[in-house]
Amino acid sequence: MAKELIKGNEAVVKGAILAGCSLYFGYPITPASEIAESAASYFPMSGGTFIQAESEVAAINMVYGASSTGSRAMTASSGPGLSLKQEGISYLAGAELPCVIVDVMRAGPGLGNIWPEQSDYNQIVKGGGHGNYKVIVLAPNSAQEMCDFTMLAFDLADKYRNPVIVLTDAYIGQMMEPVEFPNKRKEVPYRDYALYGDKKTRHNLITSILMNTELLEKHNIKLGKKYQEVEENEVKFEAMYTDDAELILMGYGIVSRMLQNVVETLRQEGKKVGLLRPITLFPFPNQKIAELADTADKFLVAELSDGQMINDVRLALNGKKEVHLFNRMGGAVPSVEELLEAARKYI
Amino acid sequence: MKAQVLAKPKAFYDKFERKGGTNLETTHYCPGCGHGNIHKILAEAIVDFGIQDRTVLVSPVGCSVFAYYYFDIGNVQAAHGRAPAVATGLKRSNKDSIVISYQGDGDLAAIGGAEILNAANRGENITVIFINNAIYGMTGGQMAPTTMVGQKTKTSPFGRSSENEGHPIRMCEIISTLEAPVYVERTALVDFKSINRTKKVLRKALQNQIDNKGFSFVEILAPCPTGWKMSSVDSQKWIEEKMIPYFPVKVFKDISDDIEPRSIKKKTLTDKEILDVLGLAPSGKADTVDKDFLGKFSEQKMKIAGFGGQGVLTAGVMLAAMAMEENLEVSWLPSYGPEMRGGTANCSVHLSNKRIGSPLTTNPNVLIAMNGPSLDAFEDTVEKDGLIITNSSIVDRKVKRDDVKAIEIPLTEMASKMGMTAVANMICIGAYLELTKVIDTATAKDTIKQHLKKKEFVDINLKAIDEGVKYIRENYS
Repeated sequence: MAKELIKGNEAVVKGAILAGCSLYFGYPITPASEIAESAASYFPMSGGTFIQAESEVAAINMVYGASSTGSRAMTASSGPGLSLKQEGISYLAGAELPCVIVDVMRAGPGLGNIWPEQSDYNQIVKGGGHGNYKVIVLAPNSAQEMCDFTMLAFDLADKYRNPVIVLTDAYIGQMMEPVEFPNKRKEVPYRDYALYGDKKTRHNLITSILMNTELLEKHNIKLGKKYQEVEENEVKFEAMYTDDAELILMGYGIVSRMLQNVVETLRQEGKKVGLLRPITLFPFPNQKIAELADTADKFLVAELSDGQMINDVRLALNGKKEVHLFNRMGGAVPSVEELLEAARKYI
Repeated sequence: MKAQVLAKPKAFYDKFERKGGTNLETTHYCPGCGHGNIHKILAEAIVDFGIQDRTVLVSPVGCSVFAYYYFDIGNVQAAHGRAPAVATGLKRSNKDSIVISYQGDGDLAAIGGAEILNAANRGENITVIFINNAIYGMTGGQMAPTTMVGQKTKTSPFGRSSENEGHPIRMCEIISTLEAPVYVERTALVDFKSINRTKKVLRKALQNQIDNKGFSFVEILAPCPTGWKMSSVDSQKWIEEKMIPYFPVKVFKDISDDIEPRSIKKKTLTDKEILDVLGLAPSGKADTVDKDFLGKFSEQKMKIAGFGGQGVLTAGVMLAAMAMEENLEVSWLPSYGPEMRGGTANCSVHLSNKRIGSPLTTNPNVLIAMNGPSLDAFEDTVEKDGLIITNSSIVDRKVKRDDVKAIEIPLTEMASKMGMTAVANMICIGAYLELTKVIDTATAKDTIKQHLKKKEFVDINLKAIDEGVKYIRENYS
C-alpha cells in the first residue's frame, strides 16, 4: 500500500490504471478537466492510450469501440458533457458493453456555472438516454472513495456488462486527502463476447439493433432481470447512528460530509438523529429506507439540486413517514451550521 | 432455368442466418443497389489479403446497418455518424486488427461530420469506405448532404435548392486538404471499368492499413434505384451524367509510397513499473502511531488566506502532508465557488484524529491571514478561543476580537531578509507549529524534503521553519 495526499480527480486516474484500464477518451470541461489532464500524462506513461476527442459524443463512442475489443476504457466529464454522452451510454447499455464514466457535477441548467451541484441525479440515475436501460451509479464522498469506487466501477461494469457511472461533484474532485493505493494492477477479465481480432471471436457481434419485435422485447426483459440482480446484490450505503434515530438525515457526496458533522453535533446534545448516506444511487437503498421507516419518525433529505434524490426516498417510504427537503442550488454549498439549523426544525 | 448462384467469397457467411426469415441466400438490399457490389469487392479483398480473422467492420446507421448479416468477420454496429469514433476506439485498443468504417452519405457527411474529419485529421490507421448515393436510403429517400441541386427527394419535394439547402458537399475534396490522410480517392459504380477501378482502390486502402501507413478514404458514387425512383440502367446513367461532373472521379491524395510504416510496438509494464510511473512506490516506512499524541489531538479547522502568489495553497498542502505523516486524518480544499471572496486566495485545511466531516472550513479555529483583505473577510468567522496569525508586514491593523489569541509576525519582512519572499508561508508554518505543537518540527522538515518539487529550495524552506519557531520563542513565550 502506498499512501499519497492527492486530489480526488487525480485519484480517479490512478485508481483506473490500477484497475487495468488502458484507454482514456475525453474532452475538456470544468470542473472535470483535471481528470483528463492527469490521464493525458499517466495513461501513455503506463503503456495505455489517451485521446482528446473532438467532442463528448466522439469520446463515448471511442469508449464503445475500445470496450468492444475487451479492453477496460473510460471517459469523464461534467453535466453538459454527460448530456451529450447520453446517446452513447444508451448504445453501450443496449449492446451490453462495460465501461466507466465519471461525472464531476457542476451547476445547471444550460451552461450554468462551474461550481458544485447535484443536479445530474435524474439524468444519471434515471438514465438520460433513450430506451429501457439503467446504469450502476456510485457516489464517493472522499478522495479515497474516488479511487476505490473507480476501481469497483470497472469490476461491476464487467460483472454486469453494463456502463457504471461514478457520480461526484466539484468539491470531492478538488479536495486533497490521503489515499491508499493497492500495490498491484488488476487483471482484466477475458470477455468471451468481445472482438479480440482473432479466429475465436470472429463471429462475435456487438450491436444494439434487433429488428424483430419479439427478440427486442426479450432483450429488454433480459436487461430488466440484470438490473433486478444488481438491485439484489449491489446496494451500498453508510448508516451512522440510525438504530434509535427519530430523525434520519439523508444526503450523498459532499453533502454527506457536512451531514456527518451535523449528526455528531446533535448526538452530543443528546438528540436522536442519524445519517443514511446512499453510496449506490442505482441500486438505491430502498430496503434500508423502508426498514428505517418502521423506527424513525421523519426524514430530511439534503441535496444540491431542486430535489431529485428525494423522489426516490419518497418512493421507498411509500407515504409511511414524512419527508422534507433542504436544498441549495446554483453552486451554493451549505455550511454545517446551515444544515444544523435545518435539522433542528424537525427535532 | 434454375438461377445460377455464383460462389460467394469466404468472407461472407454461407447462409445469412442473422438476417432471419425464409430467404437466407440473398441480401436485404434492393435490386441495383450499390451495396451488394461493394460488399462483394470488400469480401474478396479480405479473403485475398488473408485478414478475415482480424478484420472488424463498423457498420453505420443507414442501409448498410445490416452489413453484419453477411460478413463473416468481426462486426460492430455504431450509432448514427459515430463509426469513425468507434473505429478509433477499436483500432487504438487493438492495433493488430484491421478496422473498416463503412458509411453512407447522411451518416458520414451530415450527422457524423465531426467524427470523420477528426478521425482523418488524427490520421487513424483505418480504412473508411464512403458510399455516396446522394440520398438517405434506409429512412425512405430523404435529402442527403450529397443530394444534387434540383434532385427531388421526400424532404426536398421541389428539388434541392441551393438557396435553402446549400450545395452538395464534396468529402474527398475536404478530407484531402488535411495533412494526415495517406490516400483519398473517389470512384463510381457505373460499368465494368469503374467497378474494376473500385476493386483496386479498395485494395489499396486496405493495404495501407495492413502496412500501418495510416488513414485511407474511399468514396464510391453508387446507385440507389429505389430512392431515385429509376431503373438500374437509368441510375448508372444518372451517376455518369449528373454526379460525376460534380463529384469528379479521381485520386485526390496519395502519399502512401512516401509514408514510413508506423511502429505499433506495445509497451507492457510490470506492476512495479506502473507504481513507479504513478509515483506510488511503497515507502517501506512502517506506520508508527503515537496513540497518546493522537488521543490528545484536538481538531484543527484552518483557513489560510492571502494574495495569489503568497503560497497560501501550498502552505495548506504542506501542512496537510505533514499531518498525514503523523497519521492524522487530513483534508485540503482550495477556495472554490462562493467561497472565493474579497480577492483573496484561500484554502481550508482540517487536521484531526477522527474521520473528517465537512472539508470546508466555515468557522475556523485557526486563521492565517497573509494580507489585510483576508483578515477582513474571515476574522468574524473564527471560533471563540481560536488562533489568528497575521502577517504584520502587510496587515496594517490589529485583530479586533478579544476572545481569540492574536499573533502578529512580520512574515514578508523576515522572508525578504532571508532573500526569498516566497518562504513567508513556511515561516508562518514554523510559527504555527511552535504555537500549537500539533506536528513535530522534525516531521515537518522531513515532509518538506519529500514533497518540495524544486529540490534547490529545500534548504531555505527548512531554514524558514526554524525562523518561524525562533520568532515565537523570542516574542511570545
